[in-house]
Amino acid sequence: MLKIENLHTNVEGNEILKGINLEVNRGEVHAIMGPNGSGKSTLANVLSGNENYEVTSGKVTFDGKNLLDLAIEDRAREGMFLAFQYPIEIAGISNATFLKTALNEKRKYAGLPELSAKDFFDLIKEKSKILKFDESLLQRAVNQGFSGGEKKRNEIFQMLMLNPKLALLDETDSGLDIDALKVVSRGVNTFRSKDNAVILVTHYQRLLDYIVPDFVHVLYKGKIIKSGTKELALELEEKGYDWIKEEPAEIN
Amino acid sequence: MKMKNEKYMEAKKRYLSEFERFQNSLNGEKAADANKLRLSAFNKFKLLDFPTKKNEDWKDTNVSPILSRNFAPVTFKDEVNDNIEIEDYVFKNFDSNLLVFINGLYSVKHSNIIEKNDNIFIGRLSEFATEFPEKFENYFNSNLNNQTVFGVLNSAYSIDGAIIYLKKNTVLENPLQVLYLNGEGKEDILIQPKNLIVAEEGSQAKVIINYNGTESGKYFTNAVTQIILGENSIVDVYKIENENSTAFHIEDTLINQEKGSVLTHFSLAVGASLTRNDLSSVLQGENIESNLYGLFLTNGTRHVDNHTFVDHAKPNCYSNELYRGILDDDSHGVFRGKIMVREDAQKTNAYQSNKNLLLSEKAGIDTKPQLEIYADDVKCSHGATIGAIDKEAYFYIRSRGIPENIAQSMLIKAFAEDVVESIKIKELKSEINNLIFKTLHRKEL
Repeated sequence: MLKIENLHTNVEGNEILKGINLEVNRGEVHAIMGPNGSGKSTLANVLSGNENYEVTSGKVTFDGKNLLDLAIEDRAREGMFLAFQYPIEIAGISNATFLKTALNEKRKYAGLPELSAKDFFDLIKEKSKILKFDESLLQRAVNQGFSGGEKKRNEIFQMLMLNPKLALLDETDSGLDIDALKVVSRGVNTFRSKDNAVILVTHYQRLLDYIVPDFVHVLYKGKIIKSGTKELALELEEKGYDWIKEEPAEIN
Repeated sequence: MKMKNEKYMEAKKRYLSEFERFQNSLNGEKAADANKLRLSAFNKFKLLDFPTKKNEDWKDTNVSPILSRNFAPVTFKDEVNDNIEIEDYVFKNFDSNLLVFINGLYSVKHSNIIEKNDNIFIGRLSEFATEFPEKFENYFNSNLNNQTVFGVLNSAYSIDGAIIYLKKNTVLENPLQVLYLNGEGKEDILIQPKNLIVAEEGSQAKVIINYNGTESGKYFTNAVTQIILGENSIVDVYKIENENSTAFHIEDTLINQEKGSVLTHFSLAVGASLTRNDLSSVLQGENIESNLYGLFLTNGTRHVDNHTFVDHAKPNCYSNELYRGILDDDSHGVFRGKIMVREDAQKTNAYQSNKNLLLSEKAGIDTKPQLEIYADDVKCSHGATIGAIDKEAYFYIRSRGIPENIAQSMLIKAFAEDVVESIKIKELKSEINNLIFKTLHRKEL
């Protein structure tokens, strides 16, 4: 579904990603781990089209399409979703209006009619239950007055509502207590299927106890230096990132 | 090419010489009390000059486009063009008392008052003068000293306006909607409404004053509106400036509040080529609440200037001023908010905030608060910001698949929200939201 070939990216003139190669197929969950400053967030942001990040070379294909040629909203409408590390508050637009607009734009793009009010409402009910999300929060402005944990839950709620093909979760676990972590993980696990894929960007192994990945990649200084299965995550937890830095780089 | 000062002098001479023709058109009106006011205003006007850049209050707003053109004041001899359809211009879906003026002249055909009793007067200026001569004398005997030269010009030439007068403890059940439909079938006219809103002790009313242009002709609206709140009265005023894009609009709003009264004034500027609003408010008693909300949207090469002045004369009052500007293309805005807290006005709470959103590189805003505080136990604050669309929020919205123009609309709506929220008539609020998006050519949500 997603193929990244030799991707180089600059941020404010500095090269952060130095040749990323990655393939993600339907039905797979990939975890990207790495110490701070390795470029984890950069990868998630560049894929979703954040204009602060400049691609200097490389190729990314998403379901056969050249992703880097697509506008931000088109990447989303093609089925990509980014759960932000620091979700934004938007006063004056309710969560409900926001979601309804996003959902209908996606449907319009696919040539489908808009959702009726009833269908939208039913969908909200269904997904709120999974995340134990209080429906009254939907009338509030987007993320306004939400705690850190509530914001992260709202990201996953939006993901469930928009049902993307590929979900990029950028440090979704940071700032969450155990209960919130369990609820969010439940949301992601309900979402995952043989038809979609997830890229989990995380610093800590803890999340991977709840969302078990198929593949784990270690990102260090802008390159993927090691890939493995979930056992790799456990090794990292035990030995720390310094262990990896000393190992010879593996080629994927 | 004429020197600017020459132009200004010529304009003044024109309005001075017009006066004779105007007086001759009055016939029976000449003897009336209303004319006494006009004559004193005319005499005052002789002593004044139109403001140039050298006048502190006008240094950011150039009035020569207005003065260069020969605008003919509307007179009693002009006929009301009653045949125009007004449906498109009226705010709908709620019951209201309606006063309609077409090119400054009262339209009996289109006006419709639905609340009539001994405690309510809603009607035109001349009717009010006839029914309540002492009150007319009292309210219009004026404040000529507090008015700008344009306000004095209005007093010299004014022939009509919307009046609402509520006697003690009267609650107006349905809002008063005043429609000034301007520019229909006429070019180069000077429309000078003189409006008066009086709520005596304990009364309540909601008033909408809508200055709406009909086509693309040039005209000049020069209005004066007085708002008088008696003790413990509650008044909401919604002023909508939606004139033709080539027209000029100047309004002097003079507000006087007595103790315990609550005012909400909402001002929207979306239309004229040049708009200048001067609002001054005197808080004459204790425990007064004054809420001033403003939203100005400019595009093309339009220019909107909002000057406000809140005078805390007595203790324990609260004023809250929120003005928001959204500026696009090559347009320009000015905000000057002056707050005075007099020596006696202890325990004053006065807040002012002007936030501006620039949608293009060439748009600009001049914003300056001015606080003069003479009391020592007060809470006052002011703030002004100028910014562009929040890039992070813009990215967030688009990352959900929402295209650029809708994403911008969302952020514009969010920006205007705390001011639009102040509109208590929900049907009006929704129409104002439509107007905001139409003005900025974005997609409505």
